[in-house]
Amino acid sequence: MSSGDDTPAEQEPAADATTTESAEAAAPAFDERRSPIVDRLRQKLGDAVVATEVLPGRDIWVRVKVDAWAETARVCREELGFTYFCFLSAIDWMPSPYGKSEDDVDPVRVDPSAPIQPGVTGGDTRFQLLARVEAPRTGIGITLKADVGDDLVAPTWTNTYAGADWHERETWEMFGITFAGHPNLIHIYLPTEFEGFPLRKDFPLLSRMVKPWPGLVDVEPMPGEDPEDAEATDEVPE
Amino acid sequence: MTAVTERQQRAYIGAVAAEARVNVELQTEGMTLNIGPQHPATHGTLRIIVKLDGEQVVAAEPSPGYMHRGYEKLTEVRTYPQVTTLVNRIDWLGHFANEVPFILAAEQLMDVEAPPRAQWIRTIFFELARQANITLFLGDLGAQIGAITPVFYAFRDREHVLNLMESVTGGRFHPNFDRIGGLKDDLPKGWIEECKAVEKRISGFCDEIEELLFGNEIFEQRTRGIGVIPPDIALSYGLSGANLRASGVDWDLRRDKDYPLAWKDADFKVWTHPDGDAFARCWVRLQEVRESTRIVEQLCDGIPSGSIMAKVPRIIKVPAGEAWISTENPLGEMGYYVVSKGDLGPFRCKIRSASFNNVSVVPWVMRGVYLPDVIAILASLYFILGDIDR
Repeated sequence: MSSGDDTPAEQEPAADATTTESAEAAAPAFDERRSPIVDRLRQKLGDAVVATEVLPGRDIWVRVKVDAWAETARVCREELGFTYFCFLSAIDWMPSPYGKSEDDVDPVRVDPSAPIQPGVTGGDTRFQLLARVEAPRTGIGITLKADVGDDLVAPTWTNTYAGADWHERETWEMFGITFAGHPNLIHIYLPTEFEGFPLRKDFPLLSRMVKPWPGLVDVEPMPGEDPEDAEATDEVPE
Repeated sequence: MTAVTERQQRAYIGAVAAEARVNVELQTEGMTLNIGPQHPATHGTLRIIVKLDGEQVVAAEPSPGYMHRGYEKLTEVRTYPQVTTLVNRIDWLGHFANEVPFILAAEQLMDVEAPPRAQWIRTIFFELARQANITLFLGDLGAQIGAITPVFYAFRDREHVLNLMESVTGGRFHPNFDRIGGLKDDLPKGWIEECKAVEKRISGFCDEIEELLFGNEIFEQRTRGIGVIPPDIALSYGLSGANLRASGVDWDLRRDKDYPLAWKDADFKVWTHPDGDAFARCWVRLQEVRESTRIVEQLCDGIPSGSIMAKVPRIIKVPAGEAWISTENPLGEMGYYVVSKGDLGPFRCKIRSASFNNVSVVPWVMRGVYLPDVIAILASLYFILGDIDR
């Protein structure tokens, strides 16, 4: 992701094959406990594995095609021993049109159609699924990602990991990604009649639009700092 | 799903039969009972919609969200040092423990490591937060099952832990003490001795509670064999912490993962229980506090000297990258997936809180139990609403 603006634009017209190659070239890191897991996952899933990255001694990232999302979960749980379900969520890679922090006085307006700059293992779409499963026996965890297409539909994990139920409901209401095959895709946090998807980057943080961040401009003067108070104290000595 | 104990199997068959009977034969109506949002057993505002046939639960569906504060969205408009203020309020009883994994994730991305003294003090505070949290659980447990006395003992002894926190951080509930690269302040003079005295007190409290509650026949009858969760179900629902260890899975992140913290320098035992019932969950937590006092006592003796802050820039910009750090918090595994784009604040921060997963097992575990057991199961699963709703 640090490669600058030119490289993603060049890679875009090319198909998945180039991203795979570049990912392999960029990930020569070897970890004797983690790298074999990646190899086995590639062996089981074949072409569905788009990109992988291993941070030795720390973590594994694997990006798969969204069609193989459910199959990936099954392979991870039943064949690779990742029995512990940690979390499932998503990332909206569009830069926020409302600026990045509350201290941004003049937020940079971004063009939503500009090419996105994804993180580890890359990505081609605005929304990306993010999930993590772990193997309690070995203490190794794996972070899984999948690009979600424009239809915003992904297969459900509930048949493999029962705990994915609530996480998919949360992801659905926060990002608007539908999980095909989910038994009970209803709101979990928000009221039933809520409109919009709050964790999308183009969903404004309304409370901060109504009232500016008080940390930026202290709206209430401190005692003694009030202009009227100051005048009053000035008059006393005289 | 496989039924686990004979009792549970019977209860489940009974519940299925009851549902059929409710609708067809007698044309009676089942009752829908709302437990919460304002119920003492819900630690806040969790609502559980329970469908009953007589005394038996046919279906239970928790409905969280009464306290959703949108911390994941808020982290996107805050700077890294400001985020600790937010995450303090996720699990408000284990305050300091929430800050640590976020700070560790930021430190990992920045390639900064806190000096040894800061690591030790962090670990001590982490364990103090665990004691403050689980002490209250052990007291509250009694109150929920019908014994009023333990809750007073718990508040009495937790006060001393909070005083310890306050004397260093200035905050009883929201210390906001952890910084990227180290800690805000060093320990005051004489604090170590005070801390050791408090540890003796907490360990005495554990003995007291063990005699008072765990040796009580009524307590055993209310919790033994109730709400059994087998290990494969626990894992697939993502249960963590004491709830997972009570199902016989020997997994404690403090021991099994490598952190730049001082747990590796302390000798402690990770307790598990083979039963997986409500009693086991409570019992494992009791042992967890006991081991926690042992950890703090050991760490108090060997705090390294030196600085408490590594060299970090005044304005913290975290380099682009992604990091996942989770720690063994009082309630279970708490972690942050931080996505940075090299700005002052996180681009996206996924907060994985323990209670969200721990409570998602409720619909599974409550099928077929009796109404009084609902409270015992909820109490033993132990959740904090702020930790479910974030």
